Amino acid sequence: MALPTGDVLGILADNLRLRGSVLPLPSSDATRWAEDLGLDRGGATVLYTGQMYQLMPYIERLVAAERRLGDSPLARFSGLGRRLNRVVNVSAFLGRPSRREREEATRVPRAVAALLRDAGVRFGILYEDDLYSGALAYDLGLDAVVATQARRVQERLRGNGVRLAITIDPHTTHMLRTVYPQVLPDWDVEVKSYLEVLAERERASVPVHGEVVLHDSCMLARAEGVVEEPRRLLAGAGFAVCEPEQSGRLTWCCGGPAEALYPEQALEQARRRVEQLRAAGGVCVTACPICLVNLEKAADGTVTFRDLSEVLLEARELELQPIG
Amino acid sequence: MSTVVSPELAERVREAGAFDAEACMNCGVCTATCPLGLDVLPRRVFRYVMLGLEDRVRDESETVYSCLLCRLCEESCPAGVHIAENVRTLRRHLNRSLYGLEV
Repeated sequence: MALPTGDVLGILADNLRLRGSVLPLPSSDATRWAEDLGLDRGGATVLYTGQMYQLMPYIERLVAAERRLGDSPLARFSGLGRRLNRVVNVSAFLGRPSRREREEATRVPRAVAALLRDAGVRFGILYEDDLYSGALAYDLGLDAVVATQARRVQERLRGNGVRLAITIDPHTTHMLRTVYPQVLPDWDVEVKSYLEVLAERERASVPVHGEVVLHDSCMLARAEGVVEEPRRLLAGAGFAVCEPEQSGRLTWCCGGPAEALYPEQALEQARRRVEQLRAAGGVCVTACPICLVNLEKAADGTVTFRDLSEVLLEARELELQPIG
Repeated sequence: MSTVVSPELAERVREAGAFDAEACMNCGVCTATCPLGLDVLPRRVFRYVMLGLEDRVRDESETVYSCLLCRLCEESCPAGVHIAENVRTLRRHLNRSLYGLEV
């Protein structure tokens, strides 16, 4: 059973308004991926994470707690939890993800930084000024707090002299490129997915590595029209791309967007999508953290899922430096 | 089942944002392509709004929030209805009218 929708919405909105994220995470976990990389602060071009990959272990904790609470008598006290959350960050009581989970969450931003460097892209990062975009709140129609967050992001980008933000995940890309210009009339930052930036640059092909199944993110393929770029990059990295039954602009959702309110429905949809991907055969790659986590959970080890950035990195024989 | 009709419902929903459901021809392609198989969303709930059936919209609130906003329905909609944005508008309307949230 799901927790009362209004209370969950209220907690997410209050968190974004009061704490800058639907699920606040310690600043050190948001910036840990950049340790030891020696990246400049700010500048005309930055790699912007929107904290999405870093948030994933925390989101999984939240979803697990929702599933437990939804079936318990404590669900009746969710309204009290919402009121308490205005004073104390109740999500902090979910506990911090393990060190291993938090280390895993640094891998993709580090992989993307390595790929961009290898491609000759000069960029800085924003460290603690790299804020969450408000993507989940936007989907849920919490537009007032999203507008507040958009202005915060704009101030940080302007303060750091940013003209081009290179994004990692589809949801932050959509927010900064498509939503923010609607919310902020004076929004003037160019936004590109790292896949688009890499695909613009000619690269020498490498030997064939094998086949991969590509799962397109709905947000990236349909909302942002990024369909050819991941295929071109995979082909250039020596992979034959296997298309599942539904792909490209007609891709099938992983179910993840329903997870915050209705985790069971999200999991059921993920299982249906896993069957399509399994039928296509081979290792499955995707460029979205929400798709990755949701599909991995549904597959329960029966299908191997990889983030696209890590597959590209390995094919280029680039090493992901361990942190610390 | 008796119900109260609120002729101004569509106008109140539009106060929350863009809502172009009147272009819907009720052909059912959206329902046929929906990954979740939501048989109420979007066209029936949109009809409820156009007919002023606020109770029916509220009864279907879980369905409104279940939508994945994946936009697969929009790829096939012959009338070019902005289905996902309409659903977001309905959520804003419900956030305010049902849950008392600032939108």
